[in-house]
Amino acid sequence: MITFRLDERSGVPTYRQLIEQVRSAVRYGILRPGDQLPTARDAVAQLAINPNTVLKAYRELEREGVVKSFPGRGTFVTPEAPRPIARSIHEPLRRALRRWIADARRAGLDRDAVAGLLGLALRDAFEEEIA
Amino acid sequence: MSLAFEAIDVSKRFGRVRALDGCTFVVPEGRIAGLVGPNGAGKTTLLHIAVGLNAPTSGRVEVFGKSAREDVLAVLARVGFAAQERPLYRGFTVGEMLELGRRLNARWDAAYARRWIASAGIALDQKVGTLSGGERAQVALLLALGKRPDLLLLDEPLGGLDPLARRTFLQELMSASAESGTTVILTSHEIPAIERTCDYVVILGRGRVELAGDIETVVGSHLGITAPTRYEELIKSRSTIVDAERAERQINALVRVSGDAQWPTGNGFEVRPVNLEELVLAYLRRARAERTTK
Repeated sequence: MITFRLDERSGVPTYRQLIEQVRSAVRYGILRPGDQLPTARDAVAQLAINPNTVLKAYRELEREGVVKSFPGRGTFVTPEAPRPIARSIHEPLRRALRRWIADARRAGLDRDAVAGLLGLALRDAFEEEIA
Repeated sequence: MSLAFEAIDVSKRFGRVRALDGCTFVVPEGRIAGLVGPNGAGKTTLLHIAVGLNAPTSGRVEVFGKSAREDVLAVLARVGFAAQERPLYRGFTVGEMLELGRRLNARWDAAYARRWIASAGIALDQKVGTLSGGERAQVALLLALGKRPDLLLLDEPLGGLDPLARRTFLQELMSASAESGTTVILTSHEIPAIERTCDYVVILGRGRVELAGDIETVVGSHLGITAPTRYEELIKSRSTIVDAERAERQINALVRVSGDAQWPTGNGFEVRPVNLEELVLAYLRRARAERTTK
């Protein structure tokens, strides 16, 4: 089971934040096939958000095939959900990123500058592929 | 789509003051609607008219198709109303307040009320006068919820609550709404709280409805544009400017668009999505400007 959290200042719509948190939990193996998501009622009570927001996020995840809702029982991660990224893959990548961030900080970049630079590099890398 | 609430060309004068001036909007059933506007916009007057505490000068307010002027009992049977002042008897215990709720309402769910108070951690034998502001707000909400209304009207339910009490109150309100599907209309100045809890918004500017609709739809049909002033005509030809600040060389506008308008890229022309707070502020500024130039 996961618990949701909201970043109010991100400007990202609430239901998008919920979707991204489920996707990310699946990606890193925190949620596995058969695991249950918080019920809509629990999520609503925990976050103090509109009930339709949670339902909308779950509907979208269901459309993507990540989860399936069973009326009266709850919403569960499907066997067809994307495989988690293996630890042996994401751990070294994360360590490399941390070394890079340490270099950036030594060069005098603050958090915003680091995030900005990462954003630019991401855009370059992925938009080149599209173009 | 059935309607829980409908205001039809409602006007209300108090002597010379026009509290409501041709106010028209609907709230469909099942929605959680935020009614926003500056102090004196007529929000409270409108809610009072809905439950029969006040009569409109002209027009009508219908709740599930019934007007409180014609059939106040039919309206009150389905509506829970929590007034801004949270009128509770200070000398009563919480248990006695609940008993009062039971005796005053034909449709009172006593088991639900007791469970609710227990989960809020409020003791039944505590005197209302000794409750904290947050607890009083919860008891007032429960008195409106205990009769299991189909429509809940809450006037400034967050007023005077500290951040923690506010959060607890909204959690209780959202759980209750998820559980029962009750339609809610609440007034508040807390736009971030409305953005989080509501899916429908009604912007009231001095007695008139500036905008009403599904929050995602209305937010999605507006954009923020920052551009060199020479683009103003182009902006006007592709959208409707709700509100704009003009500096010598730059215009900063909030606009309403229909469909997929194409915008120039580069040359200092920036387009961005807006949030509910920016939207509300733009409409209220526009309303104020229109009224003062009239």
